[in-house]
Amino acid sequence: MSVAARPAAVPVPRETAIAPDRGRRARARRKTLGRALLYATAALLALFVLAPIYLITVTAFTPRDAVYDYPKRLIPESFSIETMRFFVTSTGVLGSLWNSVVVALISLVLSTLIGTPAGYALARYVFRGRDAFRLTILSTRAFPIVILSIPLAVSFIDWGIYDTVWSVALMHTALALPFTVLITGSIFVGVPRDLEEAAQTLGCSPAQAFVRVVLPLALPGLAAASIFTFVLSWNEVFAATILTLRERTLPALVLSSLAASPAPFRFAAAWFMLVPSLIIIFVIRRYLLGMWGRVSR
Amino acid sequence: MTSHRLGWAPYALLLPSLAFLAIFFAVPMVSAFGLAFQDASGAWGLASIRRMLGDAQFREALLTTLVLIVAIIPVQFALALAMALVINAKLKGAGLWLYVYALPLGISDLAAGITFFAIFTERGWLNSGLEGLGLIERPFIFLNYQTPFWLIFAVVLAESWRATAIIMVNLVAGLQGIPRDYLEAADVFGATLWQKIRRVILPLLRPSIQVSLILRTILAFQAFAVVIALAGSGLTVLSSEAYRWYGEYRDPNVAAAYAAFILVLSVVSTLLFLWLLPVRREQVG
Repeated sequence: MSVAARPAAVPVPRETAIAPDRGRRARARRKTLGRALLYATAALLALFVLAPIYLITVTAFTPRDAVYDYPKRLIPESFSIETMRFFVTSTGVLGSLWNSVVVALISLVLSTLIGTPAGYALARYVFRGRDAFRLTILSTRAFPIVILSIPLAVSFIDWGIYDTVWSVALMHTALALPFTVLITGSIFVGVPRDLEEAAQTLGCSPAQAFVRVVLPLALPGLAAASIFTFVLSWNEVFAATILTLRERTLPALVLSSLAASPAPFRFAAAWFMLVPSLIIIFVIRRYLLGMWGRVSR
Repeated sequence: MTSHRLGWAPYALLLPSLAFLAIFFAVPMVSAFGLAFQDASGAWGLASIRRMLGDAQFREALLTTLVLIVAIIPVQFALALAMALVINAKLKGAGLWLYVYALPLGISDLAAGITFFAIFTERGWLNSGLEGLGLIERPFIFLNYQTPFWLIFAVVLAESWRATAIIMVNLVAGLQGIPRDYLEAADVFGATLWQKIRRVILPLLRPSIQVSLILRTILAFQAFAVVIALAGSGLTVLSSEAYRWYGEYRDPNVAAAYAAFILVLSVVSTLLFLWLLPVRREQVG
């Protein structure tokens, strides 16, 4: 898109070598101009991200009969929670909301409990098969949710947990686990090994050293990672729709009733799904770069 | 060092993850292929695969999926690179820019689809804006199965909005690994920004770009709620066909055939990117 190419238009002063003084001034001017362009680009990109969030918010908080008004105004004339109340009190919404929270919490706890030890092992031990394990974990990201959900639905019917929060939570844990292992691994790498060894020299068992020294230092990062698992689960829609019939999560309910639901319902639903994630991203914003950046290495 | 004293410890720590992934990753994957090569009665054969290939929607779904990938990825890369460069330029409030650009990391494809439905729908924001600018006289119907161009356009925009952040974060991490000296050296030689991007930044970013391309393509094969929310049944992709065969036709075998096909495409595209953008060992990490 043109946004990316724009800064390239800044001209190069060709005379730099001939007239150093003029060159310097030209370079200074170029720098100011470049700076201004940079801020303009930054603002445009931010607008691209923020505008849809603003628009869906305005739409979700217009009165129900005004949702179809046209043309729409950027600054709404009336604010109302009527549409939102209509959504929340619709059949099944509160139940699915509860299911979504339960599923996300189970996934968070399970993936943290199961994944953190593996992350620790990757960070601290040199052992045969380490690279193979890392590669296996990385390659699981290549497997689409689609391919896991359909056979799992068949298995879950056999096991008698189809259409329960557990079926969705197990699936979400499987999706989040590779991510948890890699992130917790990179977090433990960041905790100096010397501290742990010092604790052991002073008489701690490896387990005590872990609980008393490593864990407190790693805790903020671990918390950010598990909160992110919550977002993954809260947002996931394909598996949740395939694996449930009545015990829908919120996205599954919204998706499966999409064709039959009126526009105000959909808009309120979108806003309702959006906001918790945005809050969570805000809370863990300092860890985002470290988490995603390191995992992709 | 601890590793010498407790040789079995790492394996014990890995065991729960391995067991869980075996049950919920390896087994379903194998059984997906198993289901795809069985028919509804459980007899082995190519019946389900043939039904998938012979389905009227199959070719359209495959074509749309590929068109979407080809259209989305360049847009996202341009946007993500622009965002990454802006962040790397250390503007005032660099943390704030990063947070704003990273916001969509938390947005689901369903919510993104509905949000862009609010924009592109007949009485929606885009038409309001165009009419306000005097560009149109009456609302234009973008989301119509008779105008697949606009349906695809809306999906591309929604996906670019939602999933650019994933690439951006990868690229920012990669950019931070490029020594400042290289860029300063380029400055000394009077390189333009475009020259710096072409000659210094992109080559050094190659590992990050490779990973992002692979990840992004795999995710694009799964994009499905965006399509359903924006286009309803006006547009079909491979994963929405899998969903339809499972949910509506109650045929897990053909659904599994679609799933297996998506997996094959994901693996092929991953290998393609590994082959097209080879990363030398010393470039990694």
